[in-house]
Amino acid sequence: MAWVNAIIQGLLTGGLYALFACGLSLMFGVMKVINLAHGDLAVVAGYIGVGVIAITHMPVLWSIPVVVVLMAIIGYVLQRSLIQGALSRGELTTLIVTFGLSIVIENGLQQFFTANSRGLGVGDSFITASFSIGSQITIAWLNVIIFALAVVVLLGLQQYLSHSKYGRLIRAVADDREAAQLSGANYRHVFGIAAAIAFGTVAIAGMFQGMITTISPTLGTETILLFAFAAVVIGGLGSLWGTLLGGVVLGVAQAIGAQINPSWEQLAGYAVFLAVLVIRPQGLTSRGAQA
Amino acid sequence: MTETAKTGIRSEEDFLKVTRSRRNTVWSGLGAVVLIVVLYRFPYFVQPGTTGIMIQGLIVLTLASMWNLLAGYAGLVSVGQQAFFGLGAYFVLIPAMHGVTPWAGLFVAAIGAAVCAVPLWWLVARLRLGYFAIATWVLAEVVMLVIEQISSIGGGTGMPLPGLIGYNPAVLTADTYWAALTVAVLAIGGVYLLLRSKVGLVLTAIRDDERAAKSSGVRVGLARMGVFIAAAAGCGAAGGVLAIEQLQVVPGTSGGVFSVQWTAEMAFAVIIGGIGTIEGPILGTIVYMVLQQTLQSYNAWYLIVLGLVAIAIAIFARRGLWGTVVDRFNIRLFPVGYYLWSPGERRGRRRAATHVVR
Repeated sequence: MAWVNAIIQGLLTGGLYALFACGLSLMFGVMKVINLAHGDLAVVAGYIGVGVIAITHMPVLWSIPVVVVLMAIIGYVLQRSLIQGALSRGELTTLIVTFGLSIVIENGLQQFFTANSRGLGVGDSFITASFSIGSQITIAWLNVIIFALAVVVLLGLQQYLSHSKYGRLIRAVADDREAAQLSGANYRHVFGIAAAIAFGTVAIAGMFQGMITTISPTLGTETILLFAFAAVVIGGLGSLWGTLLGGVVLGVAQAIGAQINPSWEQLAGYAVFLAVLVIRPQGLTSRGAQA
Repeated sequence: MTETAKTGIRSEEDFLKVTRSRRNTVWSGLGAVVLIVVLYRFPYFVQPGTTGIMIQGLIVLTLASMWNLLAGYAGLVSVGQQAFFGLGAYFVLIPAMHGVTPWAGLFVAAIGAAVCAVPLWWLVARLRLGYFAIATWVLAEVVMLVIEQISSIGGGTGMPLPGLIGYNPAVLTADTYWAALTVAVLAIGGVYLLLRSKVGLVLTAIRDDERAAKSSGVRVGLARMGVFIAAAAGCGAAGGVLAIEQLQVVPGTSGGVFSVQWTAEMAFAVIIGGIGTIEGPILGTIVYMVLQQTLQSYNAWYLIVLGLVAIAIAIFARRGLWGTVVDRFNIRLFPVGYYLWSPGERRGRRRAATHVVR
């Protein structure tokens, strides 16, 4: 029964990992940018949430849309300025700029907010609410909500990119920037919109991270970026559905590892990542060229 | 130092002449020797505190030279060099626990890190650029997690370094400084010799155009593996020096030997100084030292400023400080490229160089 519990909890945690990975996957798919500051941006979203709640005293759930909009604006501006500037100078520059951004954000947060960790919505009743299956399995409603939200966001985004008019435009720009531009698309603006969407999903993930556990300045590089990347690789490039699967596989692997030995949690997740990297480098879902 | 290869193009000899440099490099070579001798005499003139600062600088200099080799020449943007740095520290610690003097442990650190680099290379060899970057980061995390599992070498908390107890502190600082300087000189000298060798030509070809190099029959993968292993050895030795300097080895991502800040420092130093040149990391390390010493009372602000400067330089002056100097004055302290003399041109005549193969 303990094993079933571990797998269920891991599966639900996987939803959060998939939410983290979503933006990374999208930005790589559309702009071919590996954003090394991805994890730190999730942490930034969490701290913005702390600020928004402190100023407006709104309930934590209501603050999420506010943070999402703020992060989307930051994403658009950052893409149009810094990231676009780096992109037009080559891939090495893009890596250096996002890596620099990551280190600057992490240390900046430490200077302004100290290294202490913070929780979001501490004391709210729905954060601790849970239900039980049998006598040994207790599931937090918050985890269920996050998982459901991850499914909605990732699959919804996949549908949006596949079928909507603007989604087609994003895919067209991702496939062939010059050709899309010749057809009248402003690829820089499209990149900005894609970044805004990616940052929006990162904001959701960062806020829920703060609710489930806590956020701290170093969290972005220590876990979020690496977990997100592992989820993307496990799931397979270019498919948001695969990213969801990758997040779930990572979450379950970590939960099983922790069940065997509490200190093996992260190692077990990375072991699966390395195994996929060696045995099936195209990821578990090789099909699908969207996003 | 000046190699003169006469090309037999057309019947006239000396029609086209190819040399390593435009100027006589005996002088810059002599300058380097003098500089190294002065640096070796350093501990006799200054306070141990200053020597300690120099040790930190030499560690970063070694790391930056290695990262430059990786990213600047082999196109391998590694964000996981802290793995080899940390492993180097442990390869000094482990023999020291069995009675081997830490000074000899530095050799173990270099070789051990290089050996560990082989299986790790196999895992990431296929990946390029951004993927390679994060994958190496994940590998560094995995290496740290594995080391933290081994309680006999301190587990997650680390261990003090045995074998140097009873040393006079001033002598120990000086000895550590000499070890750090030797490691740095060997690292830079190694990079210089490597780039002047056949491998250097291969690496320059990869740097300039990977696809063209591949289609000309250059074994890109093999050269990359060699660079990855060599850089691991250099970073390992630097990690060994850190273990001796701190007299302890602490794992962990914040403040420990496996912190990504080590890679941040080496990468930023390279970008600021000028990527793809040997002189760049040296200049970048000096900038790093100045920033770090000026802002040392403001915690991690030096790293924030360093990061911002690196971002600005990466976007606005891609060839870094040294690249700007080279463009303006055409000086090279470490000539690894070739200079093609146009017919009739003589050494010493000041003319804008137009045929430089960097």
